[in-house]
Amino acid sequence: MKLFSLTAHEILDLLKAKKVKAEDVVSSVKERIDSVETRVHAYARVFETREIASEGNENLFPIPIAVKDNICIKDNETTCASKILKGFKPPYDATVIAKLKGAGAVFTGNANMDEFAFGSSCETSCFGPTRNPWDLERVPGGSSGGSAAAVAADETIWAIGSDTGGSIRQPAALCGVVGLKPTYGLVSRYGLIAFASSLDQIGPITKDVRDSALLLNIIGGYDENDSTSVDTPAKDYTKSLISDIKGIKIGIPKEYFIEGIDPEVGLSVKAAIEQLRSLGAIVKEVSLPHTEYAVATYYITATAEASSNLARFDGVQYGLRSIPKEQRKNPIVDMYEETRNQGFGLEAKRRIMLGTYALSSGYYDAYYLRALKVRTLIKQDLDKVFGDFDAIVTPTSPTTAFKIGERMDDPVSMYLSDIYTIPANLSGIPAISIPCGFSKNNLPIGLQIMAKAFNEEMIFKIAYTYEQNTGWHKKRAGI
Amino acid sequence: MPDEKKQFETVIGLEVHLQLKTKSKIFCGCKNTFGGEPNTQTCPVCLGLPGSLPVLNRKVLEYAIKTGLALNCKINSFIKFDRKNYYYPDLPKAYQISQYDSPVCYDGFVLVPQEKGEEKKIRLTRAHLEEDAGKLMHDHNANCSLVDYNRTGTPLLEIVTQPDIRSAQEAYDYLQILKLTLQYLDVSDCDMEKGSLRCDANISLRVMGEEKLGVKTELKNMNSFKAVKSALLFEERRQEGILQSGGKITQETRLWDENKQMTFTMRSKEEAHDYRYFPDPDLVPFVIEEKAIKGIAENLPELPFDKCNRIKKEYDLSDYDAWVLVGSLETADFFEACAKLHRNYKSVCNWISGPLLQEANARKTGISGLKIEPKRFVEIVKKSEDGSLSNLGAKDVLKQALCSDKSIEQIISEKGLAQVSDDATLEKIADEVIKANLSVVEQIKSGDEKPLGFLVGQAMKKTQGKANPKKIGEIIKRRL
Amino acid sequence: MISEKDVKYVASLSRIHLNEEEAKPLAKDLEKILNYVAKLQKLDVKQIAPTSHVLPLNNVFREDIVRPSLTQEETLNMTVDKMNGSFKVPKVIE
Repeated sequence: MKLFSLTAHEILDLLKAKKVKAEDVVSSVKERIDSVETRVHAYARVFETREIASEGNENLFPIPIAVKDNICIKDNETTCASKILKGFKPPYDATVIAKLKGAGAVFTGNANMDEFAFGSSCETSCFGPTRNPWDLERVPGGSSGGSAAAVAADETIWAIGSDTGGSIRQPAALCGVVGLKPTYGLVSRYGLIAFASSLDQIGPITKDVRDSALLLNIIGGYDENDSTSVDTPAKDYTKSLISDIKGIKIGIPKEYFIEGIDPEVGLSVKAAIEQLRSLGAIVKEVSLPHTEYAVATYYITATAEASSNLARFDGVQYGLRSIPKEQRKNPIVDMYEETRNQGFGLEAKRRIMLGTYALSSGYYDAYYLRALKVRTLIKQDLDKVFGDFDAIVTPTSPTTAFKIGERMDDPVSMYLSDIYTIPANLSGIPAISIPCGFSKNNLPIGLQIMAKAFNEEMIFKIAYTYEQNTGWHKKRAGI
Repeated sequence: MPDEKKQFETVIGLEVHLQLKTKSKIFCGCKNTFGGEPNTQTCPVCLGLPGSLPVLNRKVLEYAIKTGLALNCKINSFIKFDRKNYYYPDLPKAYQISQYDSPVCYDGFVLVPQEKGEEKKIRLTRAHLEEDAGKLMHDHNANCSLVDYNRTGTPLLEIVTQPDIRSAQEAYDYLQILKLTLQYLDVSDCDMEKGSLRCDANISLRVMGEEKLGVKTELKNMNSFKAVKSALLFEERRQEGILQSGGKITQETRLWDENKQMTFTMRSKEEAHDYRYFPDPDLVPFVIEEKAIKGIAENLPELPFDKCNRIKKEYDLSDYDAWVLVGSLETADFFEACAKLHRNYKSVCNWISGPLLQEANARKTGISGLKIEPKRFVEIVKKSEDGSLSNLGAKDVLKQALCSDKSIEQIISEKGLAQVSDDATLEKIADEVIKANLSVVEQIKSGDEKPLGFLVGQAMKKTQGKANPKKIGEIIKRRL
Repeated sequence: MISEKDVKYVASLSRIHLNEEEAKPLAKDLEKILNYVAKLQKLDVKQIAPTSHVLPLNNVFREDIVRPSLTQEETLNMTVDKMNGSFKVPKVIE
């Protein structure tokens, strides 16, 4: 039995039964990293020392976990896969890290990502691209591509990522694992290096739905350090893992099955929907009329916020500082401009400039304000459907994993790979991606399930029922 | 009409940045105090470290509302915070959390007392909350600048007037009454030297009678009210000079140089500002209920104008006297405590506004910094009124009382300062003085009363100033 | 729609130095993206309220309580250049 291939809940059972020790699991995962990491490159940095909390405490989860490189771990270099944060060691723990430490988590390393989470392919990392464990010529998706690839390649038992426009769900879909974007406000953002503050959310990337619920139990909950954290009573999400969806009303948005969708993805998702129907769900077609505006709305609001969030990377306090040889404007401005020119990659520059433009005098109303208004329309579409339905089921991504380099020169086509995942961020609702089949090329296909805000239970229930009745999640990447 | 001198009207608007004296900073738990070692009152939030998030200090909003109400402002029922984006090394996030279009307070006014009990109304556009920036020091030797972030995140209330001020003196008076009001509210130290109150000024001139505002300059870097006044006077003359000679004013920011007593154009060329304000997604909006505003309004202290009017009426004092007393809250409080013990209000007022405040000023403190309480103070006042202490003697006793806890009686007896008023003693002294100065006595007897003062002086000398001068004068006169 | 001059202005607002080789392709990219997002202009949003916050949260405060700060050492540990307990930066001209 290879311990690294197990899920967290399987390992916890073995630990409880005293059939294995935490250090066996940790060394198994370490060996796995040693054997496949050079090919997958899921990590920005692999940790050498891995402390294991004392055993014997029933409530501990001494499970190896990969942490996306944009979540602060005290005194540990955290760079968002950007040159500009080279050497930055935050003097504090993100709230989710503090919670994980409290639960006895064993950190395997920082998972690779698109620079500042700007991307859907993990190709914009300053550490170079992560490869999809199912096909090393292809991208793992992004931006949490490292987290998803690490889970898919068994280089960790589970992982956390962040999702601003699909950055957990899309790579989960492309890597054949389970990725959850919780409701905005459920998981503290304190210590998550912000991309777009009104959209970002940390969430679990796991091998199955039970692990997703378990990990959410650990990282979720109110945090007084995050003004946008919602003070709701703690829940045990494993309680909603019941294989029964009889009578549950599921809406299928017709706008999601038209242009641009890969026929193989369409077929798999439709088959999954039929399966849900046969399991007792009431499935009906619904309309989300403003779907076609979601990507544009997202790119304006997200880049506007990002342009401001990333302004602090100026070489003054931490990270890279670069001073040009010859004076251009004045000493301090030259330092800013050169540091940011050297420190940011091309996509980061594009997005910062797009966001700056959208907020700048004369364009604010036409771009930023208008996008916030369309955001209202997109949210209203979803609210309306949730008035009558318990969940919405869609493909996670219009295509399976694409080839490395294929979309790098065409930002708009890259942006469109998030078309199905963006609406959940714009409206704050929870959404999961679970495996629902494979293409002829043996590439995973993801199914997205969305529910009302703070109704993660509904998502887990449907996802669990589907998973238990299909078993796609058991298929492992043959690396 | 060449060479004819135009009459100009000065138009001034002031922006005051007020540091609120909460215990902790506006968005984090760092200590909100002045003067620590550089970069020792900082945390991930006020350093703007990646991943950190702000949470509003409840007290800051309460202080802002309290101030707004005292300045006759309306309070917004819905407020939010916005990001003001610009790059400067003292601004660690490269944006300042401020308020763009929903300030806590708007549409207020300040009444500025004028001569003869009149008052002038200066309208306030708004007062909004924001976070202070850090401090930048320039090291000319090392050709670098140094940044200290201790001040970053200090809560600031920016109070903005309409262009209602018409002279440098009026600006000065506005600042005085504003500061006094803020001190009554106990929301800020209002210390310009320490930067807890900072003031920028906009000034323009227009031809008398015209409505359209002239081109303005913005004045910065004044670190006292006096400097604000001097800078405005300088700028008024500078602009008038340019306009009289047919020139045009350039809209710009000018820095006041305290040593040279002049304003100068900033050396750095300011780029066109585009602050790209947008709602801060890290902070949620605040809904201010009518009930909450009422609660704060009901607990407002009595403010300077009201106190002045009440004191005038209640104690039958002049406008001038009343303003001296309300000039600081502790002076007014001290006066009222004394007035309860002694009903000669005018006399109490004189003793406070005269000798007591002189002593306080000499020690660079307020009345609370002096070691005297109303009971002993009033005792001194009474003793001077009933003649048991001379005016000089009373002042002497006051001085002694300020440095000890001793009772007034004890001080008087220890120092032998009691005024001698009993007839027998005084008559004996009068006789001695007359005997010793017979030639002077002759002079008086022949009708020249001038030297009488000399005799009284001699008597005072003999008693080391303790004789009641009025009484001894009468006795000498009688005895001649 | 967006000129190289606009791109340079936006780059300067963003404090990113761009040389000629970088400005041209970026102008093209931004043009493409702006053309794509132009579809938002088709919608009538006059009567629609903007959504800045997706959850109906308000009045989130912390109490006025002092908490420990970082030490000067921890704070300055992050910087490449320090002097006299402060962050050292190229000279700022006022």
